[in-house]
Amino acid sequence: MYLLEPDGLETLLAILREKGYRITGPKLRDGSVVLGTIDSTASMPRGIRDHQGPGRYRLEETGDDSWFSYTLGSDSWKKLFFHPNKPLFNARRDGGLLQIEPEPVRESLQALIGVRPCELQALAVQDRVLAKGEFVDRHYAASRKGTFIVAVNCTVPGGTCFCASMGTGPKASGGYDIALTELAADGGGRFVARAGTGLGERLLAATACGKADKGEIELERKLLEAAAGKMGRTIVADGLAAALAGSHDHPRWEELEDRCLACANCTMVCPTCYCYTVEDSTDLSGATAARTRVWDSCFTADHSYLHGGSVRETRGARYRQWLTHKLSTWHEQFGSSGCTGCGRCITWCPVGIDITEEAQAVCGTAGGS
Amino acid sequence: MPLRTSKPKLAVWKFSSCDGCQLSLLDCEDELLAVAAAIEIANFPEASRAVVRGPYSVSLVEGSITTPEEAERIHKIRRNSRIVVAIGACATSGGLQALRNFQDVGDLSRAVYAHPEYIESLNNSTPISDHIYVDHELRGCPVNKAHLVEVLSAFLNDRKPNLPNHAVCIECKRAGTVCVMTAHGTPCLGPVTQAGCDALCPRYNRGCFGCFGPRENPNTAYLATRYREECGQTPDEVLRLFRGINAGAEPFRRESLRHET
Repeated sequence: MYLLEPDGLETLLAILREKGYRITGPKLRDGSVVLGTIDSTASMPRGIRDHQGPGRYRLEETGDDSWFSYTLGSDSWKKLFFHPNKPLFNARRDGGLLQIEPEPVRESLQALIGVRPCELQALAVQDRVLAKGEFVDRHYAASRKGTFIVAVNCTVPGGTCFCASMGTGPKASGGYDIALTELAADGGGRFVARAGTGLGERLLAATACGKADKGEIELERKLLEAAAGKMGRTIVADGLAAALAGSHDHPRWEELEDRCLACANCTMVCPTCYCYTVEDSTDLSGATAARTRVWDSCFTADHSYLHGGSVRETRGARYRQWLTHKLSTWHEQFGSSGCTGCGRCITWCPVGIDITEEAQAVCGTAGGS
Repeated sequence: MPLRTSKPKLAVWKFSSCDGCQLSLLDCEDELLAVAAAIEIANFPEASRAVVRGPYSVSLVEGSITTPEEAERIHKIRRNSRIVVAIGACATSGGLQALRNFQDVGDLSRAVYAHPEYIESLNNSTPISDHIYVDHELRGCPVNKAHLVEVLSAFLNDRKPNLPNHAVCIECKRAGTVCVMTAHGTPCLGPVTQAGCDALCPRYNRGCFGCFGPRENPNTAYLATRYREECGQTPDEVLRLFRGINAGAEPFRRESLRHET
């Protein structure tokens, strides 16, 4: 266990940069934390916290120098690996023949800074879906290869967080190279750091940071324990999958017809949702064509379009499909829940529909805010 | 490619409108030569006085039906065209001029014109599809010029055009645009509006004002409730949001009526 002093994070980024990693981390844009390419810690926000509630996100200054007093914005890391807009192939007429030129599969050396514990779980869920099943998405698998992850444990949970209920946070249990916990009590900037891989260990040692002492480790434990008790939301995960499996005719789904906009925001911001569609385009002469994969959502009519019409015509049916897949049938399909408790679907729903509240209403279990 | 002996003929027709949508075709500067190479521009007065007689393979129809003469003329175009594509908010919902559908046209004529007796106008401004069968509709005020090229390209290659019917929100999220409603409290019609503009307004930190009209299965009522409760909008402000460029589109028309005081 190491102690990273205030300039230690910058040293770590410099080492990663030198090793040729493309670094992605938190930035501030248009009143929100977003994920983008960063060169140094200078591009990272500092001294801000977020206020999140159903359908509401606002930032404010903390008045201190803390690096990670905020939680998640609408961006998730999935956009780096499961691109919202991915060319798949170009096709061209060559005399009487059709030539298909697949999009080259590119490996990229990426480092992610500030991945929260729920996000580590989300990456694991998407790895399972896109790279570890019978059919591997080669673009996803190649871009995920060699990803260096600097995780950040959450000492300040957000208003819509429920990772403690889902067993994914606020402390990372694996899936990282380095995990940091900011010791916010003294204004922030000092981190307890632990390595999760050999590479993480070597890089931490190279930052020339010292070992964390007993007091600092104890402070970290207390901060994370307190964070687990400050979740904005809870959900009773035990028995949820089974209860939802029998909920097909619950009146709550019809009631959701009145509230749900079927705008698809929840699925777009969800770090595990992986639905896509493909679009073909041609040039006017018909000499070339291209196929592109784009993010899709189970909230569109076209998503369930079979011959003659859409299977899920109503908004209530679409919401039911999404929630029951996420919390129930995902277990059968992939061996885990599809939900990591990140709370994005609650915050970024324009009308503030709360998955914990809906699941509670349908199952009659305790939950909500 | 299907064997063609001559190039298909394209016609562009104008009804009650500002010409902006048909000018979008001339705006396709990079693709214009390719369009002209693939298709004969047979009738397009904004581009050329030379007119080739019909029948036409594709007719692009701009504008809404607002006069008895227009209500007649549109049927001739349908009879003379294999494919009819209504382009723009006027042609697909009645346009901004459908604001008059909420008032008495006689009163308006008397207020505006010195000699209202010369004005021959229908009571309502209506979309092309109220009068004839329309093969495709391109939304927007103006249309997205890429959609014009797409619909022609799809026609020439015998495939279905890629025209989304989902919410603008999907375009915002694919582009990584921060939600103006959730993060800023700005009322935005994006959740009930059809995509196709690449979420232009939210990209500039403005709420969507719905120029692509209602999307498939829009829930305007609960979104309006949210405008009132979370964005602090008055009933009149909510009414004006829905009663804009696509005031005549049924879901927006109905929602605006709910906020009359």
